[in-house]
Amino acid sequence: MSEAISPEVIEALLPEVAELIVTALNLDMPPADIEPDAPLFGEGLGLDSIDVLEISLVVSKKYGFQLKSDNEDNLRIFSSLRALTTHIASQRTK
Amino acid sequence: MTSVPLLTHSDLDAVFAWATNGPVSVSDYVADAYRLAEQLPATGHLLNLCHDRYRFAVGFAAGMLRGMTSLQPSSQSPETFRRLQAEYPDLICLCDGPTDTLDLPRIDFPAISAVDRKNQPRTKLAIPAFPADHLAAILFTSGSTGLPQAQRKTWGKLVANGRAEAVALGLDRQPHAIVGTVPVQHSYGFESTFLLALHGGCAFWAGKPFYPQDIAGALAAVPQPRLLVTTPFHLSALLSAEIELPPVDLLLSATAPLSTTLAADAEARTGAPMHEIYGSTESGQLASRRTTDGAAWTLLPGVRLEQVGEDTVACAGHVEGRVALSDRIEPLSDQRFLLHGRHTDLVNIAGKRTSLAYLNHQLGAVPGVVDGAFFLPEEEAPDGITRLTAFVVAPGLSARQITAELRQRIDAIFLPRPLVLVDKLPRNSTGKLPRGDLQALYVEKVSHGGR
Repeated sequence: MSEAISPEVIEALLPEVAELIVTALNLDMPPADIEPDAPLFGEGLGLDSIDVLEISLVVSKKYGFQLKSDNEDNLRIFSSLRALTTHIASQRTK
Repeated sequence: MTSVPLLTHSDLDAVFAWATNGPVSVSDYVADAYRLAEQLPATGHLLNLCHDRYRFAVGFAAGMLRGMTSLQPSSQSPETFRRLQAEYPDLICLCDGPTDTLDLPRIDFPAISAVDRKNQPRTKLAIPAFPADHLAAILFTSGSTGLPQAQRKTWGKLVANGRAEAVALGLDRQPHAIVGTVPVQHSYGFESTFLLALHGGCAFWAGKPFYPQDIAGALAAVPQPRLLVTTPFHLSALLSAEIELPPVDLLLSATAPLSTTLAADAEARTGAPMHEIYGSTESGQLASRRTTDGAAWTLLPGVRLEQVGEDTVACAGHVEGRVALSDRIEPLSDQRFLLHGRHTDLVNIAGKRTSLAYLNHQLGAVPGVVDGAFFLPEEEAPDGITRLTAFVVAPGLSARQITAELRQRIDAIFLPRPLVLVDKLPRNSTGKLPRGDLQALYVEKVSHGGR
């Protein structure tokens, strides 16, 4: 499904999602500093599963869909800012 | 010698677990355990890393059949694996996913299909029993040094813990189907999903639902009555998601105190009583309460508390030996008591524990750091997760560089958010850092009206 979303749409949505992450987690950094393809966990931003749940709540309210994990891929959607943005672009209802 | 059976179900056809492909009966469980046991060594330590609750359960029972001990560390970092390997050279990993286990010997959970089960001998396998004093599991906690401390659990005490909890929650009279949002290896998940299934007559959902929608889905997949085993954080997320929830009959929370507001909200939304469990990895579960009934906790059957000077010691019942508790406790009459928070140096974030002394030591060891202190601010929002702050004196280093170094040394959950660079710390004449001064520094540098 995500293939149907054009790269331009995702590119345009990136700053909004970066802003949302920084606000939701109260991070001490400008949103533009989040590199779209860098990992959000570990060596990248160093987020953890608590952050994921916090972000997922904000995402569900803002974009009108619930995140789901059918198996152990909870965190795959959150592998990078671009991955998360792509997922939002393909699932959003508002 | 006393021996205690693997589980207390009298009906071998009863459901033991709900896997994604359907219910698993008690006899299927026992058969799966025997089959896996054939692949395990004759003795030693089993590092059971299975994410799936049912596979963990099969691994645990298979290990017991071979006389093995289950190792349950609180972290799965390379550093943890190295330490375990040094301490338990005979350990073998059991995995059901792509977990990186370095060069440790490893068994990947075999595919067990219904066809395989049918090929088992027709004769029903007997439910195995194990010596009560067999060292069944070693759980790990961070001690005040931050190094993992082994907490040894004998089979008889584990079973007694499961039974005591079942009685306290009334599950012995009315078994429930359990959905747990907590990992099965962690003491709370181990006791309140796995042991409650073995010895509280319950059946558990094999998955570990994460997002609110996953939790709703898992609840809907099991029959009523349903018990949701969760934490204040997951519960709070579940309720704020405002999604349609299937009926729930009992709610259980642990790892951090639950606010009466959230408890009342949870009860209003679900109609289910909201209970909390108090315990620690060292002592096992000690007490329970229905949060909306008041602040007092009631001890689980058999457990006793004794005051020794400033400290409270838990003993008797299913407690292994005598365990000094890290909380300040005020005894009341009738097996009840009040909790007054932790002794100050210990930090508990989302069920993971460490000490400020350990964190400060790790911070001080970062090259270029002249002085530094971690600080846990006053809780802003109950039921939320309060993060640590660190104040660091490190001329020439950026906050990001220091954080990158810390990531090598401490669990991600304890990374400071934020890490604040300062010119000097407010040390008093004796070199100590009064908490009030750190709080003032925090107000000045961090809590500028944020959220």
